[in-house]
Amino acid sequence: MTDNVTTLLNFLPQLWEGIQTTLILTIAGSIGTIIIAIILGLAMTSPHAWMRIPARIVVEFFRGTSLLVQIFWLFYVFPLLGVELDPLMCGIGALSLNYGAYSAEVVRSSIKTVNPGQWEAAIALSLSPARRMIRVIFPQAWALMIPSLATLLIQLLKGTAVVFFITLSDLTDKIQQLRQSTGDTVFAFTVGLVIYFVIAWLIQELMNLLERQATKRLGRRRPNSRSDRREARRDARAESKRDAGATTVSGPSSGNVGYGGAL
Amino acid sequence: MTWNWEFAAEALPILLQGFVNTLIATVVGTVIAAILGLLIAVAIRTLPRWINWLVRLLVAFVRNTPLIVQLMFVYFAFSDIPGLVSIPALAVGCIVIGIHYSTYMSESYRAGIDSVPPGQHEAATALSLPPVRTFTAVVLPQALRATIPSLGNYAVAMFKDTPFLFAISVVELVTSAKQFGGSTFAYTEAFTLAGLIFLAASYPTSLLIQRLDKRLATY
Amino acid sequence: MEKSFGKTTVLKGLNFSVAPGERVTLIGPSGSGKTTILRLVMTLEELTGGYIFVDGEPLTHTEKNGKRVELPSKTTRAMTTRIGMVFQQFNLFPNMTVLENIIEAPIHVLGRSKADAVTEAKSLLDKVGLADKADEHPTRLSGGQQQRVAIARALAMSPEILLLDEVTSALDPELVGDVLGVLRDIAETTDITMLLVTHEMQFAREVSHRVMMFDGGQVLEEGPPDQIFNNPQHERTRTFLSSVQ
Repeated sequence: MTDNVTTLLNFLPQLWEGIQTTLILTIAGSIGTIIIAIILGLAMTSPHAWMRIPARIVVEFFRGTSLLVQIFWLFYVFPLLGVELDPLMCGIGALSLNYGAYSAEVVRSSIKTVNPGQWEAAIALSLSPARRMIRVIFPQAWALMIPSLATLLIQLLKGTAVVFFITLSDLTDKIQQLRQSTGDTVFAFTVGLVIYFVIAWLIQELMNLLERQATKRLGRRRPNSRSDRREARRDARAESKRDAGATTVSGPSSGNVGYGGAL
Repeated sequence: MTWNWEFAAEALPILLQGFVNTLIATVVGTVIAAILGLLIAVAIRTLPRWINWLVRLLVAFVRNTPLIVQLMFVYFAFSDIPGLVSIPALAVGCIVIGIHYSTYMSESYRAGIDSVPPGQHEAATALSLPPVRTFTAVVLPQALRATIPSLGNYAVAMFKDTPFLFAISVVELVTSAKQFGGSTFAYTEAFTLAGLIFLAASYPTSLLIQRLDKRLATY
Repeated sequence: MEKSFGKTTVLKGLNFSVAPGERVTLIGPSGSGKTTILRLVMTLEELTGGYIFVDGEPLTHTEKNGKRVELPSKTTRAMTTRIGMVFQQFNLFPNMTVLENIIEAPIHVLGRSKADAVTEAKSLLDKVGLADKADEHPTRLSGGQQQRVAIARALAMSPEILLLDEVTSALDPELVGDVLGVLRDIAETTDITMLLVTHEMQFAREVSHRVMMFDGGQVLEEGPPDQIFNNPQHERTRTFLSSVQ
């Protein structure tokens, strides 16, 4: 075990490089995902079929063909078409397209969930279609879509491990190296998984923060927020106490009533 | 670079051979995930607090870390054990994919169980049904109705994740495409066909699940 | 005008005009098409046949070489700036403060300066009795307060025509009075043309110049409020009025 720790300590600089690659892929991929999701998601809510149908086809295409197929396509087929992409760009591109397609559906359904009265009020004020979307509809849809986006961005983080197959040295690759130099699979992979888990936790916290901000702007509290739950627990406790008190007090008296009724 | 139908015709049977492993992994993985997911959901509801917390942490850990890394972890950890008869990579793949997705499916079961009106539970208690019977005969059948479409969606997601078995050298659809491409340089045909096979299998299934969801929701 | 949803026709061969400054109340059983008329005028529903003119200018469709053609959406939008609407469900924007709700359209549609729009908004809020709520979020206000903000928001566009669609129906009874008070005040102090759909018959009688009774997408009868309420000509109108009063 001490050997393992020494090896790990010596390995830290390389491990950090791998983490950086994973983080770059995650961050750039997330940005790409959100841009693609907004473009395709908005197109899918368009009243014009010529925007809606192509967007729907693109979304179903990238959702239906697997991430690994997409990344291999960019990596192996694009050069044959005369387009050389470096592996990092392949990774970012495939992650953005794949998770962007999934997220587009989230964007679309969130926009559709916004109360139709909001659209109507915006039309009644003669706001232009762009202004309606940017100022009225999207800010409200945004608050709705964050939880699902958080799930998808964590999936994206997990998906970044595929770049290991196209020669990129990300965290997964470094874990492999650590395994080889320690000869201890369980140690190396536990370290690796914990690092992934921490990054996922950071993403979740960041998205929670964004969600709190977004719902605050809507003048609402986030449903089921931590403070809500704490309050609910306190209420429940107070109530159970009251109930407990009530039964001991009312027990005999209700007995009396029952007795009187029987008479 | 143009599309070569000869290569495509040559690749197709090889890909379909690989596809068999893809299907095996999906089906076995789904069965494992569906059973284990239910067990986890029930465990989280019934276990005492401290161990409950541990189970939930474990579930979160498996759910929020990459499947690829988990596959490699288990595969190498098994092969490290001396004297152990080597377990086929496909079996490891099915088990790990099943465990990974059980963490998602447990969440679907939880939501399904929560969606059963409390009155059902109360009615069963009023009939003095024992708790186990209440759960298996009253709550679970109703919960499953709400859960099944979501399980189906995860099965489709799992199907699309089977190419990750590449990491432990299971020759599934994408691996066979890559091998074919490697020997002939017909990457275009191989990967395009692989993608189309995925699309052809997953899109209709998704539509089917959507329809099932609508039908079950009408009850 | 004519309006159908799919195969069901809600309004057919309907033709009426409202004079500038006139206040007209539309009454009738639910499904009689009265709300649909307001929504058509506000362009929230597509007019499936016929024309609507505002001050002689076509709103959504016009006749060209004997054919009915749709106007460009920009033209229609320029026309709708002259029309304001207040909804049953208020429909304030929850992502903006009260003040932001009111100044959004004057600044971005009419191109007013922010300073002017804010001054105007504050005087409107004062008029509806909510001067102290400018920086609140709409969700923190009561229904009656929200509706008064919605009225101020519509007025901030200085509309020539104001459409009021059951503006008190979603309110608790004790909050109705405040909202009606504000509307009464607007009716007395401005010459905005108003089209209202309401179940508050007393209010309709007080403020409107004309009452139109709708049934099955047709005008059953119309006239000054006294005539319609005191001496209805049709049996249908009589039963309707006795059912709501």
